[in-house]
Formats: sequence, structure tokens, C-alpha cells
Amino acid sequence: MKKHLVSAHDLNKDEAVLVLDTAKELALISDRPVKKLPTLRGRTVVNLFFEDSTRTRISFEAASKRLSADVINFSAKGSSVSKGESLKDTAQTLQSMGADAVVIRHGSSGAPHLLATRNWIDAVVINAGDGTHEHPTQALLDAYTIRKHLRNSEGDLNGLKVAIVGDILHSRVARSNAILLKTLGATPIMVAPPTLLPVGIEKWNGEFSYDLDEVLPQVDAVMMLRVQQERMSDAYFPTTREYSRNFGLNAQRLKTMQKHALVLHPGPMNRGMEITAEVADSTNSVVIEQVANGVSVRMAVLYLLLGGSNSETGENN
Amino acid sequence: MSANSRNSARVVLESSDISRALSRIAHEILENNKGSKDLVLLGIPSRGVPLANRIAQKINEFEKVNIPVGSLDITMYRDDLRLRPPRALAHTEIPDGGIDHKIVILVDDVLFSGRTIRAALDALNDIGRPAMVQVAVLIDRGHRELPIRADYVGKNIPTSMSESVQVSLADVDGNQESVIISAGEQ
Repeated sequence: MKKHLVSAHDLNKDEAVLVLDTAKELALISDRPVKKLPTLRGRTVVNLFFEDSTRTRISFEAASKRLSADVINFSAKGSSVSKGESLKDTAQTLQSMGADAVVIRHGSSGAPHLLATRNWIDAVVINAGDGTHEHPTQALLDAYTIRKHLRNSEGDLNGLKVAIVGDILHSRVARSNAILLKTLGATPIMVAPPTLLPVGIEKWNGEFSYDLDEVLPQVDAVMMLRVQQERMSDAYFPTTREYSRNFGLNAQRLKTMQKHALVLHPGPMNRGMEITAEVADSTNSVVIEQVANGVSVRMAVLYLLLGGSNSETGENN
Repeated sequence: MSANSRNSARVVLESSDISRALSRIAHEILENNKGSKDLVLLGIPSRGVPLANRIAQKINEFEKVNIPVGSLDITMYRDDLRLRPPRALAHTEIPDGGIDHKIVILVDDVLFSGRTIRAALDALNDIGRPAMVQVAVLIDRGHRELPIRADYVGKNIPTSMSESVQVSLADVDGNQESVIISAGEQ
């Protein structure tokens, strides 16, 4: 595996399957009386969050703690960043504190890439979402969830069709998912109004459509993306009601889907907007499970990036 | 295996020898523990698991009881994790009754440095509190680095540090069953 996880492109098919297989074993830990493994004892994981997040940060924190790593939580609010400290200076501060891994979320696309490539730090860099670029661990947990239900937690996702619906243009979740699904052999189908599809969508490794009703009957899973509040006033669509009518997942649309089809949502959900409460709480919905799977998948990523020797030669002591 | 090492390889146990050794271990387990009450066999992947299953099968033949068999992956508890690239995890499966107040018998193919058993003891610690832990191995090749010994040994084989011991089992390796010692790294 590569040293860092900045993009879903950093994983080839074998590596992605290895992450999912590892996560499957680590998921069993949560059934034990002692939910902890000694594997990362003495390692320090810094959660470097320049943007607000609840589930991703908590998920990484839980994952790190279950592997016995020391966790330092850093949020931009109330730190030197609010006084204008640069990313480089913040990184070097972490370096001198002995961080072994930096889990970074940043509002600017490419911040994790800078951190990983500029030699400011030696630590492993894990992208926890950067701007409108990528969110690879979310894609891994989505793939894990889909594989668990539709492939009995074995192998890849060959032959599956997954619709990703909503604000593709601004969604790092969609981008990472499109890449990873393709890597695992599935076909992602992007569904959104033309204004919310990025320029160059035809060059993505998948299909796209403006018509949700046409896509739903053929897919094995549908991933609903959150419509971000700040986009609603930006004239990407006329009204929220119209968006909801054309691209929201409601009970009627759910009926047109295949029986085994899954409904995923990266959260937090706007109930009544992109997904109705009825669908969110239906038996096809695996939204709650995605959260639990997130911890297992992040444990797997931390273990695979930090658990072994980190030098290229495989010798390090 | 290279052609070179095959030349110096010798077979120390054949399929029938392995079967007889496991039969004896099964008898010894029953004798030592005065029957099969509270016994749980935990194989250490990969080759400890089929060995544990076969010992359980023998015990079933002798005593007509089914004793619980599981597997215990010790990867996350190894002390040499940071010396090598990360390893894929094997499957851990604890039998339904758990291990609390049970007599847990750890089963592995080769006892060498003793570090695997140490890791297994740590792993058990996180799963429960057995009344007793015993160790059964097919081969004891010596060179212990920790104060650990086996309770049941299929065969003691003195080796030099430079030799390697290769256990082949039908269920894992899919070929002729044997224990082979060869010179040099495997």
C-alpha cells in the first residue's frame, strides 16, 4: 500500500479488498467484552479538523482508541489557525509533537495532498475530506456496507450498479465513491440536475443521468447525497420543493427499485429534502449501519497504514 | 521451495505419523483433564485451525462428545508487527459458550520461539478469563525465546536455527500431508 491515503485512487483493487477484509475481522471486536486491541500502542494519531464534523471525527477517534493509539484532537476553532497560522506551521508543530498519523479534514481541496507531499512531516496522512475533492474513507465504508449486504462480505463488487444522487458537483463523497466503486468493479451512475454535475462528467469512469426515475429500477444500491444548505440559495435549482420532487427518494420511488436494493446516505440527512423519513427508516435503508461500519473501516485503514513498518524496505527498528 | 533446498529437505512426519500423533494428543488431553468437561480448542491460524478440528474429531471418536472448536487470530497482538509490512488478518471465531471458566487448549503447528503463544495469551486476556490454558503443538522444534512450554507435543524435533520446518496439511495446503525440515530459509 501507499504510505498515505489522500485519494481513492491510492488504492488498487487488491488493496481496497484488503481494507474491506481487514475491516470485516475488526468489526468482530465490537462484540467483545474488551473492545480494544494493543496494535497501535504508543502511536499518536492527530485529528486535524479545519472544518466542522461530528461523525467522521468521532469515528476516527473511536477507531484510533480501539487500536490503543493516543489521540490528539485539533480543531481550527480556538487554535492558532484562527490567528492566521499557515498549514505548514501547524504541520510542523504536529511533527515536533511526534504525530505518527495525521487525519486531516480541510475546506480547501488539496490540503491533504500538500501535507503528504511537501516533506513538512513524516507522519502518515489520511484524508478525512478536503473541499470538493475527496473523502476516501467514506467511500470505503460505503463499499463495505454494500459488500456486506450484496456480496456476503466477500471479494469485490463486480457487476453491481450504484446510483449516486444529488450534488455531485460539490460532493467529495461522490468523487471518492465513483473512483472506488469503479476500482472494485461496480458501475457508478451519477444522477443530478445538469447544474449539479461537474464539467467533464462524461470523462468520469461511469455513467450519468438527469432522470432518477429511469435509473432507480436498474441499480443495486442508491446513495443519496445531502443537499447542503448553502447551495439552496445559489440558484443551482429553482426551489427545494422542485429538487425534492425530481431528485428526492420517497416511498413511491423506493417501490420501483429492486427488492434487494440498498439505500445509503453519508449523513447528516435532510429528512423531507433528498430523502423522506419513510425511506430513511425503511428496511432497505442501511444509514445507521454505515456509521458503525465507518469505525471498522477506519480501524482497518489505520492498522494497514500504521500497524507495520513504515519504511519501503520493510525493515524498521 | 527452490530446487536447492529440496535436495536437503527431509520428511520427518508422514500423513499416517501426523494422524497417530494427533490421536495421542487427543488421548493425553482427555487423560490430563479427566475427561472432556469444559474443554475448548482454539486453533491459531492458519494451520492450527485444521489441527484443532482434527483433535476434536478424535476426541469425538474416543468419547462420543463434541467439544467446542474455534480459531484465534493473533496478528494484532504480535510483538514484531512493526518490523514488517502490515499483515492481512485471519479469522477469529470464539465458540458460543465463550471461554470464561473453560479449559482452553491452544493448538498450533510448530512451537518455536514461543512468541506466537505469548501473543495468543494476550489475545485470550481480551476475550475472557479461562480457568486454565494449555498448549498443544504438532512439532516442538526448540529455540524458545520466552518461558513458554507445550503441554502436548506431537513430536520433538531438534533443529538448528538455520533450518526451517514446513507443515503441510490437506485442508490448508491441499497436497500430501507431511512435516518437512529443510536447510536455510524457507
